[in-house]
Amino acid sequence: MCLDTELCEQPASFAMIFCSEEMRTLSLNGHVGFDSLPDQLVSKSVSQGFSFNILCVGETGIGKSTLMSTLFNTSFENEEASHFQNEVHLRPRTYNLQESNVDLQLTIVDTVGFGDQVNKEESYKPIVDYIDAQFENFLEEELKIKRSLYNYHDSRIHICLYFIAPTGHSLKSLDLVTMKKLDSKVNVIPIIAKADTISKSELQKFKIKIMSELVSNGVQIYQFPTDDEAVAEINSSMNAHLPFAVIGSSEEVKIGNKMVRARQYPWGVVQVENESHCDFVKLREMLIRVNMLDLREQTHARHYELYRRCKLEEMGFKDTDPDSEPFSLQETYVAKRREFIGELQLKEEQMRQMFVNKVKETEAELKEKERELHERFEMLKRTHQEEKRNLEEKRRDLEEEMNTFNRRKVAAETLQSLQGSSAIKKDKEKKT
Amino acid sequence: MVAGESGLGKSTLINSLFLTDLYKDRKLLNAEERINQTVEIIKHTVDIEEKGVKLKLTIVDTPGFGDAVNNTESWKAITDYIDQQFEQYFRDESGLNRKNIQDNRVHCCLYFIPPFGHGLRPVDVEFMKALQDKVNVVPLISKADCLTPAEMRKMKDRVREEIEKFGIKVYQFPDCDSDEDEEFKQQDRELKESTPFAVIGSNTIVEVKGQRVRGRLYPWGIVEVENQSHCDFVKLRTMLIRSHMHDLKDITCDVHYENYRAQCIQQMTSKLTQDNRVESPIPILPLSTPDVETEKLIKMKDEELRRMQEMLQKMQQQMHEQDL
Repeated sequence: MCLDTELCEQPASFAMIFCSEEMRTLSLNGHVGFDSLPDQLVSKSVSQGFSFNILCVGETGIGKSTLMSTLFNTSFENEEASHFQNEVHLRPRTYNLQESNVDLQLTIVDTVGFGDQVNKEESYKPIVDYIDAQFENFLEEELKIKRSLYNYHDSRIHICLYFIAPTGHSLKSLDLVTMKKLDSKVNVIPIIAKADTISKSELQKFKIKIMSELVSNGVQIYQFPTDDEAVAEINSSMNAHLPFAVIGSSEEVKIGNKMVRARQYPWGVVQVENESHCDFVKLREMLIRVNMLDLREQTHARHYELYRRCKLEEMGFKDTDPDSEPFSLQETYVAKRREFIGELQLKEEQMRQMFVNKVKETEAELKEKERELHERFEMLKRTHQEEKRNLEEKRRDLEEEMNTFNRRKVAAETLQSLQGSSAIKKDKEKKT
Repeated sequence: MVAGESGLGKSTLINSLFLTDLYKDRKLLNAEERINQTVEIIKHTVDIEEKGVKLKLTIVDTPGFGDAVNNTESWKAITDYIDQQFEQYFRDESGLNRKNIQDNRVHCCLYFIPPFGHGLRPVDVEFMKALQDKVNVVPLISKADCLTPAEMRKMKDRVREEIEKFGIKVYQFPDCDSDEDEEFKQQDRELKESTPFAVIGSNTIVEVKGQRVRGRLYPWGIVEVENQSHCDFVKLRTMLIRSHMHDLKDITCDVHYENYRAQCIQQMTSKLTQDNRVESPIPILPLSTPDVETEKLIKMKDEELRRMQEMLQKMQQQMHEQDL
């Protein structure tokens, strides 16, 4: 569409000037109607539905499930977790919510057993692994040959709510370590849970302490965006109230003539939606009503891209050659394939070598055994022969003895017969 | 002794209990410094007096417990400390001058359970089990203003169940005599039923209905520390200082210390029968850590003895054969 090939070979800047000259703004003479594009977008998105994934990280019993129920004004049935889990594991649950024909597919991922073990050094690993696994799934889907990103159920975590225990002093060491590991992978929003334990003055100090600790340790929590003028003002004022101190409640109490969510104490009633009691309303505004879309975009544009970049670099893909000329993906693929085949061949060679060696070894062994057998055979033969000789000798001896014995017997017999005959002769002589 | 994770209100409670301000210039560690925190033992001693009765109070604090990321064996420092105190007392008792023995043994350990969970956690169970035979363990539910009355009851029942399930021997209140009056018995029963105590501490004084009391000010109300319907602080104070202090001391003396002593003496005698060294005098005091040098000498002498015995045997055999 642009220019013919000669001009394209000229330096890039030249072509650019040409191109920009091509684009001129014209004014319309009548109503065309493409101003309905945003509406089309809206109706399409509404029909498609939205998905939102929240990760709640916090100790057992700190109020994660209650806060979720309060936030979304429904009751997600959750049994209480026990404190005696051996390790942390994540429990994702998906719910379908609908509000005035907008569908929301909400996934809440709970960390079960977080902060309960005596040795918490490995507590953050299952969480990081889960987040990475979701990114991996998305990456795989992207890189498939036949892919359907349109219908893909995006399970990447859009926001991580980190529940801080209201000690009143500062963050716990576990909190710091975990948040550091998570800040580059997901949007982290720290909130102070069970805030009805902290009085106003203590709360101020606590918030300042937490923020200063986060900053001094380089933890990047999610900042509400201030570029879009429509929301810049409210967002920047909210940024100053971080971390939000929230209270959740699954019970309702009658105040005046309304039923509101609240907690009833002997000394008063803490209302969840009362701005002077806690920051719950602020959190809801920020999270759902103002910045939900931005959270999703940040997840995709920042955290997922980072993951993708690291993963692909690991696999060996680069954007630029050492000669800093753009690499084409195809060439990389071909190069990788060659490498891979080369490796395979090497492995084949190695295996063959091993096989040959083994064969030689077994042959040698067999020969040894043969020789041994031969030797034994010889030995046996020799012993056998010796014994035979001995036996022969013995037989001869025995025969000789027998012969001598026979001779003697014969001699004795003849003597006897002679004697006998001489006796008869004598008798005869006597008779005559 | 007070033990428990940071931020559960231990120092505040101590201040409230004894109406003093022990922790004026504390320096709390940041989170990153606490990642590899080891447990320290810090002693504060105060002399307080009320209506002519003097009390020398020693608070043993355990900063750093449960703060590190890896908390295995974090109670070792604490058990070592308790054993050390017992050992000290043992030596003093067996010494020559026994008039002014200072009793530094730990009479009671207040263990703070965080109210944010659903009951006991593994680290709580391990700690209490490690300490149950050395000191009177009194578990407390800290920061009780976090739980509504219904939740509090559930939590207490849960904790009591789990204590039984894991067989943890916590301090039991002694049964009162049958000839005490009903009111006293009633009080005693109530006391027993509300264990573990749910406490709130406060360093600030607020004004409630014209009175100045210790409490915490919230936008939705004021929590009074000494109000029985708000928390069990009064019960704890009564138990600890007014009614059961003596009992705690007695049990420490009669049960825990005697256990330690018996164990110690057993260890000593079993070592003796192993060594066969009858010529050495029986040591009265247990030598907890003999010098490395003397150990070496002992080992050498043992070796020599053994060699000589073997040679003797050989010679005897030879003589025997020669006789034959």
